[in-house]
Amino acid sequence: MTEMLREYLPILIFLGLAVGLSGVIVLASYILARQKPDSEKVSAYECGFDAFDDSRGQFDVRFYLVAILFIIFDLEVAFLFPWAITLGHIGMFGFWSMVVFLGILTIGFVYEWRKGALEWE
Amino acid sequence: MIIQALAFYLFAAVAIASGVMVVSARNPVHSVLFLILAFFNAAALFVLMGAEFLAMVLVIVYVGAVAVLFLFVVMMLDINFVALRQGFQQYLPIGALIGLVLVAELVLVFGAWVVAPGAELAATDRIPAPDQISNAHAIGLVLYTKYAYLFQVAGLILLVAMIGAIVLTHRQRDNVKKQRISTQLGRRREDSVEVVKVRSGEGI
Repeated sequence: MTEMLREYLPILIFLGLAVGLSGVIVLASYILARQKPDSEKVSAYECGFDAFDDSRGQFDVRFYLVAILFIIFDLEVAFLFPWAITLGHIGMFGFWSMVVFLGILTIGFVYEWRKGALEWE
Repeated sequence: MIIQALAFYLFAAVAIASGVMVVSARNPVHSVLFLILAFFNAAALFVLMGAEFLAMVLVIVYVGAVAVLFLFVVMMLDINFVALRQGFQQYLPIGALIGLVLVAELVLVFGAWVVAPGAELAATDRIPAPDQISNAHAIGLVLYTKYAYLFQVAGLILLVAMIGAIVLTHRQRDNVKKQRISTQLGRRREDSVEVVKVRSGEGI
């Protein structure tokens, strides 16, 4: 347990360094730099004129479809990992259990392929 | 050991703080970004418990896919959020009422909550110690055999989600020009080219 966590210690150190360094960079520009703001300096700078409106545009629903299909096959792959490393211990039942699972998702895959949900047009 | 405790309190505090920010951020895009931060901290807490596989799955599935999906949903809704908040005072009484009912239910549940005798033993005696077996290995030993039924139900739920998403959002667009390679390759010379002898001075 602690052996495993010791392997993660460099990541924690890197995380601390990253947070600390970015904090120092942001704060140093506030503290060290001379700041004399006026209305011209702090106004929006976008090719010389103010922004027309909100930058939030509405997305097409097709992005959502692609994202949800991605999640489903992402989960399928996530289920494959523990199966792959324990395949020698769980026997034929475990093997066929995963094959049935993959078969169920293949039905969905065939469905989405035939419906043309994977085509962007 | 002290580093482990410090890391736990750090990640737990950031997780709770970002959870509060998810609810209270004014911009829903910022809410989703705080949700991603909360997911990362939860993954770090999983690592501290020795559940590496769950931590990585949390990062891959929740941060990589679910949070992106939430972002798409937030971007898809064309809502003026300033206008949305103007009815806040109006809905405050009913919101407070629902909150009170939930708090009362929680108090009732936790007040009458008793651990069944032997439940702790039953929950822990089959779990191997984390230093003997890795988390992913321990999951794999039971998920596909002992919990095969739940595993297949998970597959069916994913199938329903897939079909539901396609039925709800997929529609055929008519005015789109597509390349059909089989049609292109299936064209023959006789179908489209005709050689006509035209005698001079006459039309066709």
